[in-house]
Amino acid sequence: MGTFFQLLIAGIETGSFYALVALAIVLIYQSTGLKNLAQGEMAMFSAYIAWQLWSWGLGIWLAAIVAIFLSFLIGMGVQRIIIRPVQGAPLLTIVIVTLGLFLGFNSLAGFIWGYLVKGFPGLFPGSAWQITSSVRISAAAAGGFAVLLVLAGLLFVMFRLTKIGLAMRAVAYNVETSKLVGVKVNQVLMLGWGLAAALGAAGGIIAAPKLFLDPFMMFGVLIYAIAAAAFGGFDSPLGAVIAGLTIGVLENMAGFYIGFIGTDLKIIVPLILILVTLIFRPQGLLGHKIVVRV
Amino acid sequence: MSFLEVKNLEAGYGPVQVLRGLDFAVEEGEVAVILGANGAGKTTTLRALTGMISTKGSVLFDGEELVGKDTDAIVRRRIAHVPQGRGTVSQFSVEDNLQLGAYIRKDKAAIAADKEKMFVMFPRLLERRKQAAGSLSGGEQQMLAIARALMLSPRLLLLDEPSLGLAPLIVRDLFNTLGEINREFGTTMVVVEQNANLAFKIAQKAFVLETGSIVAGGDAKTVESDDSVRKAYLGY
Ligand SMILES: Nc1ncnc2c1ncn2[C@@H]1O[C@H](COP(=O)(O)OP(=O)(O)OP(=O)(O)O)[C@@H](O)[C@H]1O
Ligand SMILES: [Mg+2]
Repeated sequence: MGTFFQLLIAGIETGSFYALVALAIVLIYQSTGLKNLAQGEMAMFSAYIAWQLWSWGLGIWLAAIVAIFLSFLIGMGVQRIIIRPVQGAPLLTIVIVTLGLFLGFNSLAGFIWGYLVKGFPGLFPGSAWQITSSVRISAAAAGGFAVLLVLAGLLFVMFRLTKIGLAMRAVAYNVETSKLVGVKVNQVLMLGWGLAAALGAAGGIIAAPKLFLDPFMMFGVLIYAIAAAAFGGFDSPLGAVIAGLTIGVLENMAGFYIGFIGTDLKIIVPLILILVTLIFRPQGLLGHKIVVRV
Repeated sequence: MSFLEVKNLEAGYGPVQVLRGLDFAVEEGEVAVILGANGAGKTTTLRALTGMISTKGSVLFDGEELVGKDTDAIVRRRIAHVPQGRGTVSQFSVEDNLQLGAYIRKDKAAIAADKEKMFVMFPRLLERRKQAAGSLSGGEQQMLAIARALMLSPRLLLLDEPSLGLAPLIVRDLFNTLGEINREFGTTMVVVEQNANLAFKIAQKAFVLETGSIVAGGDAKTVESDDSVRKAYLGY
C-alpha cells in the first residue's frame, strides 16, 4: 500500500508539469484551432531564461517570475510575428510553421546555452513530509501541484469572471461575432499565446530540477502533454488538468506494476492513451463534439 | 451633411466586384430599408459599412470617415450589425451573449439596466436566460441577435433580413418592436428586408439594389408607389 501511495505522489508530481503544458496547448487550440507543437520547446527556452537570470545572481523565485513574464512577451511576439501572417493558411502550412518554431527554439537554446546539462535549482526546499513509514511527500511534489492548482484556478477565474475572459471565449467560438461587438481579435489572440507561453514556462521551470535542463528536456513532456490534451479534450482546460495528472500517475504505476514496461517503455503509456482516445472518444473525455468555426 | 452618407461605395470578394459605386444617405433617427433580389449585394453593402470586407469609396458616419477602419473601431462608434444568419455565439448562454453585446461599454449599472430592458422587450429571452443560444428556436435566436446588437446602445443599427425564417406573426411583432425602438431611442436603422410590405411600415427611406447598383431610392413613400418596385418587391 505504501508503494502505491508513493507512486501516486510521484505521478502527481510529473503529472503537474504535463498538465501545465497541456493547459498551454489547450489555451491556444481553443482560441485558434491550432495545436502548437512547439509548446514544449518554448517551455524549455523559458526554463533556460530562468536559469540564466538565476546564474546572474537573482533568487530562483524572482528569476522564475521574471522568466514567466518574459515568456509571456515572447509568446505574444511569436503570435504577432510568426503566427499571424499564416492565420487562415492550410493546416499543413501551419503544422510546418509550428515545427519550424519547435526546431527554432531548440537550436536557439543550444546555440546560446550549449548542449551540456545544467543543474537547475529547485523552487522548493529539498525537504519532505514523512506521512507514514513508507510514504513521503516531497516539498517539490507538493509545490509543483500547488502551482498547477493556483495557475489553473487563476485561468478559470479569468475566463469565467472577467471581461477579457469573455472576449477570449467569444473569439474561440466565433470570430465574426466577436468583431461585431468590438473585440480586437488580433490582440486577444496575442494575449492567448502570451498566457500559454507563461503557463508552459511555469511547467518548464517546475520540471527543470527533476528532468535536468538541456535543450531536449521537454521532448518527453510534450508527448505526454499532447496525450493529456487529446485525452482530456483539446477544447477543455479542466480536461487537460485532469488528464495530465492521470497520465503522470498511470505512467508511474505502469512502470512499476507492469513488468515489461519498466522505466524504459513508460512512453508507450501516453501513446496507447492517445490511440484509445482517438478510437473511442475522439473529442476527448471532457471535450465537445461539435466544433463550429467561422 | 447626412448622418450616414455613402458615396461611390465599391466592395467585393477578392477579384469579384459586387458593389459598383453606391450612393445613399440616411438622416439621424430615420429607418431606411434596402430592397433587392437574391445576390443583388444587400448583405455585401452592410458588410462594407462595418468594414468586414475590403472597401473603396466613402462612408461618412456623423461626419467621420469609416472606410479603411477595422470592424472593431467602427463598432466602437456605436454601429451595431446583426448579420444575416444571427451573429450570436451559439455556445454562450443568452445572458453571456447580451453581456458580450455590451463589450465596449464601461457603464456597468447602465449595462445591467439595459439587460433587464431586453428581457422586458423580449420576454422569451428571460425564460431562457441560462440556456445556450444555439439551443433556442430560430425566432428566439433572431430576437437574441437583435437584443445583442441593442446592448451596444447603438447610434446606428444595421439589420440583415431580420425576418428570415420567422413565422408571419412573429415577423409582425418584430417589426413593431423595431418601430418602437426607433421611436423611443431615436436609433437610426438600415434594414435589409425581403418582406417589403412590413419594412415600408416603419421606413422613411428606401433603396432598391440591383446587381450592385442602386436603381431607385429616396423617400420611402415615393419608392413604394413606384410601379416597377411594386411589381418586383411588393407583389401587387
Ligand atoms: N464570401 C463570398 N465570396 C465570394 N462571393 C460572394 C461571397 N459572398 C457573396 N458573394 C457574391 O456577392 C454577390 C452579392 O451577394 P450578397 O450576399 O451581398 O447578396 P444579397 O443581396 O444579400 O442576397 P440574399 O438576398 O440572397 O441574401 C453574389 O453574387 C454572391 O455570389
Ligand atoms: Mg443577403
